[in-house]
Amino acid sequence: MGLAKRIIPCLDVAEGRVVKGVQFEGLRDAGDPVEAARRYNQAGADELTFLDISASHEGRETMQHVVEAVAAEVFIPLTVGGGIRTLADVRRLLHAGADKVSINTAAVHHPERIKEMSDAVGSQCIVVAIDARRVSGEDEPPRWEIFTHGGRNPTGLDAVKWARYMAELGAGELLVTSMDRDGMQQGFDLELTRTISDAVPIPVIASGGVGNLDHLVEGILQGHADAVLAASIFHFGTHSIAEAKGVMAKAGIEVRD
Amino acid sequence: MQIAVVDYGMGNLRSVVKAIEHVAPDGAHVVLTDAPEVILESERVVFPGQGAAAQCMTALRERNLPAALREAAQTRPFLGICMGMQVLLDRSEENDGVDLLGWFPGQVKRFQPGDERLKVPQMGWNQLHRTQEHPLFDGIRQDARFYFVHSYYCEPTNPAHSVATADYGLTYCAALADDYIFAIQAHPEKSADDGLKLLANFTRWSGP
Repeated sequence: MGLAKRIIPCLDVAEGRVVKGVQFEGLRDAGDPVEAARRYNQAGADELTFLDISASHEGRETMQHVVEAVAAEVFIPLTVGGGIRTLADVRRLLHAGADKVSINTAAVHHPERIKEMSDAVGSQCIVVAIDARRVSGEDEPPRWEIFTHGGRNPTGLDAVKWARYMAELGAGELLVTSMDRDGMQQGFDLELTRTISDAVPIPVIASGGVGNLDHLVEGILQGHADAVLAASIFHFGTHSIAEAKGVMAKAGIEVRD
Repeated sequence: MQIAVVDYGMGNLRSVVKAIEHVAPDGAHVVLTDAPEVILESERVVFPGQGAAAQCMTALRERNLPAALREAAQTRPFLGICMGMQVLLDRSEENDGVDLLGWFPGQVKRFQPGDERLKVPQMGWNQLHRTQEHPLFDGIRQDARFYFVHSYYCEPTNPAHSVATADYGLTYCAALADDYIFAIQAHPEKSADDGLKLLANFTRWSGP
């Protein structure tokens, strides 16, 4: 008996609409974030993450209305990420009904803002997203570096040291994405996830690379993650949340049924 | 019926308001307020909270809320949530030690997990194990999972005040009750159907 490991579906939202599609049986409008959120809640998702990939300022403002609409109907934790730079941005989204915000690029450019944000709204609201790529050679001890802009821009920052620093500044949770694995459907970078999770006192969400349900189990058991985030395997109806929890439970992982 | 949700600038209260509106009986009116007189004219009071203990206490005092909250909690159903539970005790270890409201004898302590795999804050769905019956638990099964986010836990001196426990490295008090007061460490507004059920029960509970 104790805390369950979490499954977190992640939805990409652009200009207020879910993109990349979500396929649930009987869904009237796959692009409607409220409907998608409602379905995931019914399906037993433990939390939801909305990633705002809007290209425009208007799209970012629309996100606030999306959060308001979702929060009025879906009563599980909601994290919003994408383009959040300032404490004012954080407050706006929390006020709209988000429970947590995920900060990525702004943390790299202005790490002191993580402290400012967590002091102001509490560390439980602040998730720092870490996008890392393996930069060590085959025969070297593993080393990962932080990248921004979807894995395109190297920063020279060591991912594990960075993770510790973010925890010290007041991050309440880390979302660790392997940019090498993202979209590859070959499983998480387990060594990366485990190295960071073992190095910080705060919870770690594993992300990037889930292609089947065994990958979720590996993320928890071998990656030492506290939660697993996945997009496509759930959106396209390949697997249900219930199926995922069944496989995890069979592997001895505590889940919420 | 008017239900006051106490707004003292700590945390996301919109979810709390939305969840209560979602389950309250027809005709109920939910107000977000920091005004003592509005709290005292409401039939029920919800006292949420997130963030640090010292900041919470400062925010409550700045708004002149402690006396009004005390009076409300003695005379009508009162629901504390998360930090809104912790501040009801005497003292917290947080922020190098903070005096709290002191309605329940006891201390608030930081999780010190012996198992290094247990992260602090505890974040996620844990089981609420009832140790006493209470009308707010009606229709919720034993050991149902609720959403918890916290680094500190309550240790009430009087075991009779503890009505539920949870396990995280140790067994700790996850809900307190006495008379008109019910307080829970988890976030019922984020705990899906079971959380909504607890909130629905609160809006229909008229007290002891």
